[in-house]
Amino acid sequence: MKKVYADEKWCLGCGLCNVYCRTCHSETNDIVKAHNFEEPRPKSRLHVETGEKVNFALQCRHCDDPKCVTACITGAMQKDPDTGLVTNDTDRCVGCWTCVLACPFGAIVRDEDAGKVAAKCDLCVKSGEPECVKHCPNNALKFEDRE
Amino acid sequence: MNYVIIGNSAAAVGCIEGLRKNDTKASITVISDEVHHVYSRPLISYYLAGTVTHENMVYRKADFYEKMNVKTMLGSKATAIDAKKKAVTLENGETVGYDKLLIATGSSAFVPPIDGLDKQNNVFTFLKYDSALDIEKLIDKDAKVVIVGAGLIGLKAAEGLAPVSGSVHVVEMADRVLPMILDEQGAAPVQAKMQENGVTFHLGITAQKVVDKDRVEKVVLKDGTEIACDVLVMAVGVRPNVAEAMAAGVKANRGILVDENMRTNVDDIYAAGDVTEAVDVTTGEHKIMALWPNAYLQGRAAAYDMCSAEHDFDGVFPMNAVGFFGLPIITAGVQDGEDMQVLSTGENGESKRFIVKDDILVGMILVGDVDRAGIYTYLMSEKIPLSTLTKKLTDDDFGLMAFEEEQRNERLSS
Amino acid sequence: MSLQLGWPDYMVIRDENRCIKCEVCAKQCANEVHKLDSDYDKMMADESKCVNCHRCVALCPTRALKIKVNDLEFKPNANWTGSAIKEIYKQASSGGVLLSGMGNTKPYPVYWDKMLINASQVTNPSIDPLREPMETSVLLGRKPEKLEFDKDGKLKTKMPPQVKLDVPVMFSAMSFGSISKNAHEALARAATDLNIMYNTGEGGLAKEFYQYGPNTIVQIASGRFGVHPEYLNAGAMLEIKIGQGAKPGIGGHLPGEKVGEAVSKARMIPRGSDAISPAPHHDIYSIEDLRQLIYSLKEATNYTKPVSVKIAAVHNSPAIASGIARAGADIIAIDGFRGGTGAAPSRVRDNVGIPIELALAAVDQRLREESIRNDVSLVVGGSIRNSADIVKAIALGADACYIASSALIAVGCHMCQNCYTGKCNWGIATQRDDLVKRLNPDIAYERLMNLITAWKHEIEELLGGMGINAIESLRGNRLMLRGIGLNQKELDILGIQHAGE
Repeated sequence: MKKVYADEKWCLGCGLCNVYCRTCHSETNDIVKAHNFEEPRPKSRLHVETGEKVNFALQCRHCDDPKCVTACITGAMQKDPDTGLVTNDTDRCVGCWTCVLACPFGAIVRDEDAGKVAAKCDLCVKSGEPECVKHCPNNALKFEDRE
Repeated sequence: MNYVIIGNSAAAVGCIEGLRKNDTKASITVISDEVHHVYSRPLISYYLAGTVTHENMVYRKADFYEKMNVKTMLGSKATAIDAKKKAVTLENGETVGYDKLLIATGSSAFVPPIDGLDKQNNVFTFLKYDSALDIEKLIDKDAKVVIVGAGLIGLKAAEGLAPVSGSVHVVEMADRVLPMILDEQGAAPVQAKMQENGVTFHLGITAQKVVDKDRVEKVVLKDGTEIACDVLVMAVGVRPNVAEAMAAGVKANRGILVDENMRTNVDDIYAAGDVTEAVDVTTGEHKIMALWPNAYLQGRAAAYDMCSAEHDFDGVFPMNAVGFFGLPIITAGVQDGEDMQVLSTGENGESKRFIVKDDILVGMILVGDVDRAGIYTYLMSEKIPLSTLTKKLTDDDFGLMAFEEEQRNERLSS
Repeated sequence: MSLQLGWPDYMVIRDENRCIKCEVCAKQCANEVHKLDSDYDKMMADESKCVNCHRCVALCPTRALKIKVNDLEFKPNANWTGSAIKEIYKQASSGGVLLSGMGNTKPYPVYWDKMLINASQVTNPSIDPLREPMETSVLLGRKPEKLEFDKDGKLKTKMPPQVKLDVPVMFSAMSFGSISKNAHEALARAATDLNIMYNTGEGGLAKEFYQYGPNTIVQIASGRFGVHPEYLNAGAMLEIKIGQGAKPGIGGHLPGEKVGEAVSKARMIPRGSDAISPAPHHDIYSIEDLRQLIYSLKEATNYTKPVSVKIAAVHNSPAIASGIARAGADIIAIDGFRGGTGAAPSRVRDNVGIPIELALAAVDQRLREESIRNDVSLVVGGSIRNSADIVKAIALGADACYIASSALIAVGCHMCQNCYTGKCNWGIATQRDDLVKRLNPDIAYERLMNLITAWKHEIEELLGGMGINAIESLRGNRLMLRGIGLNQKELDILGIQHAGE
């Protein structure tokens, strides 16, 4: 499946991916409103890790055998057998954070403000191409099928 | 091939999904003494608190059995297993033959002997949906709830019932809450958080007797304290439901002993979930690891072995995520032992405690700040030497950056 | 000196309503202008550090930022202008030579903009380049007096070494050191795929760049950094650098901070040591000396590669060019006074040398008069900004153009002219790892490819408009140019008529 891959060699750690991730997952879909006015404040589903020499932005790997899915106590976290996308049904998620405990990438974000649900990368299905990839200024994120 | 599963919870679902991955044709039968469509047991406290609806209690969608082509015998208790004839006998005398059997009968609440405690109609164990539905009928904003036991079940019951009842008292023999998974440093903020939300604790003491015969009206503690009671929840512990299995010659200590593929000592009989004692891969010891995700994984592992299919199963170890009134707690692995080094950090009610043995992370307790806990879990399951990491576990920005370049890139490109 | 007489050159204007405090500006500014004040949860700016490079502006996701020239003014004075006064303040405070990056900023005439190109109407009809073949390739090198063929029609004349360009454009010398490895890589890759040339500058050549050899010009400058037989043979053309348009008569100075491991290896000098290129080549004090070096290089490369000599455009360029041609050079490169540089004393940059247009016209004229024009190819640089500049240069007599500033602008340079600080926020003129990685060579390569491809199309359009179907037919065809707003002397030097004539 097509996934977002980070290339630590080119990541600047600028955090623009976070900005566009938040915007894409906001109600208003407006960058300024999403960050300055919207309540609850949308959360980014990426972790930007910065180091001395390299940086990278990491999000859900949509694993073949996702540990978050097998761990989920409610059945909210599911892997779509057709698309491979791992999604969380926020109506059913109770915020027990078992997925946070299970995900070996630390890719799941706790969204306490939005009613205590696990927030994670959905590859921006609603906008076609992941926003983090679209707006990365240095091609450090690629949306590719590498299998 | 004819597969039979006794039990209808996480391990059963793991087994069904595992079987169907490998075998779309075989017959699968699920036998359960509960009448409900498969539901999420940990959610019953949420249901009582009103945060999860009846519809959302289901662990898999309504068409799950149909889609998986599973025959269900719900509301039928399996009373005996004949390992020679390869058949399960039900309460109504009916027998169900099997080629491979999974015992996923879970556990039952252990109710300690307390003076006067009988089968009063306001005493519950908080393990099953039915008991939640019964409790629901007795709960109103004046109801007085007494919970015996401040373990996971007791505290989840307290959390669920506090917002919808008049008062919640928790009685615990140990001197702190969650004594099995938290140390004092971890337990204190949990207790504080629960007290803030109206839960009263009686720690380091036991319930001596209950009054009356038909209905428990009050609970009397050892020091004579009397607590008025409309609902009594007994949550001191659980015992695996092993009786039928043992009668069939399946070996068990407290739980059924299984190998890494969930096989019991009897051919074609597997066991998974809370009923088992499996190997804790972090310590190599057999133990009961009665936790939802483990049950699922074990059920699935059993399924793959039943089908003789290749399976990447790393085994399980104790790990748990739980929260009380918004204070999250994550624990994993062992909490104490010989030659262990403890690293800890934290302030303002948040704490992290890591237990390290021979350069390997073997346990952790995270209270409050649990973000990215799975990376630590990964270190534990993969037994990655901590000396190869470039950051300390207690660093605020601990993440994949701590891994060596090659390992990090392998992770990033997965 | 606590009292600063000047004030910041720029103002940072932040639209508070649009700022989302994402801190991208703070993370991206190597000059540390922006900062999130955690006490007040507000982005703050230290304008005194701003160089107006636009990195923050370009990356700000909400377009909340603007950098403006500080509009605080001195009392109007046509002689003592603000910049004249501020330069004195700076020097009175530092005691140092004023440094600048990139090219001449003074409002001297740009002759490209005072020349107009012809087009065909009715007679000699124009050509549509989308429908008919159009030749934009050129060969650089000494051309023989005449060509002889055998009875089968095969060429008998032995051709001197030539370099073929698909478009009459080359990336001029920018050393690895003055620009980053990623910038260098982008130029090399683009030159290869465009089938043009790029130039190593005086920085030597790192091993990993040898793969681009067929499209590489290896430069030999006064410091002789990184020069060895393998290096000389690594490229397809050699260039002796005598001078540079931005700083004629001045040597170069790469500060030790920029000499990291890779640069030190390529230049064959110790890490951290200053790389100082002397003003003259210490073995060249005459045309005869130059001839010796040219022939040494030809010997070293077995007469298989053309040798170019690059000079700055100065007052007596025509005579010097004549000497260079007679010294045996195959190509003469002339760099005008608007050409760029990584660092130059501002006074030199802004006051020394002459415009390339005049130098080109004069040199071409002189070589023709001496009948040695075919002995050399002429390459000109020093602020070629677009395809029209190239067409005009070729009509004035050039064989090809050198571009550098345009190429850097294509990959992100915003002409802040602070290259010499080594803190280029665009990852171009820097050796700082965290800044170098900002220029992903994949992206930079693509931009360069796009730019030259676009220019090629435009050149074809302009040629077609003139009814010309090969760039060779335009070379030196000054009838295709007319001056506008030029006096008779300028027209005479350029060798063109005035518009309307």
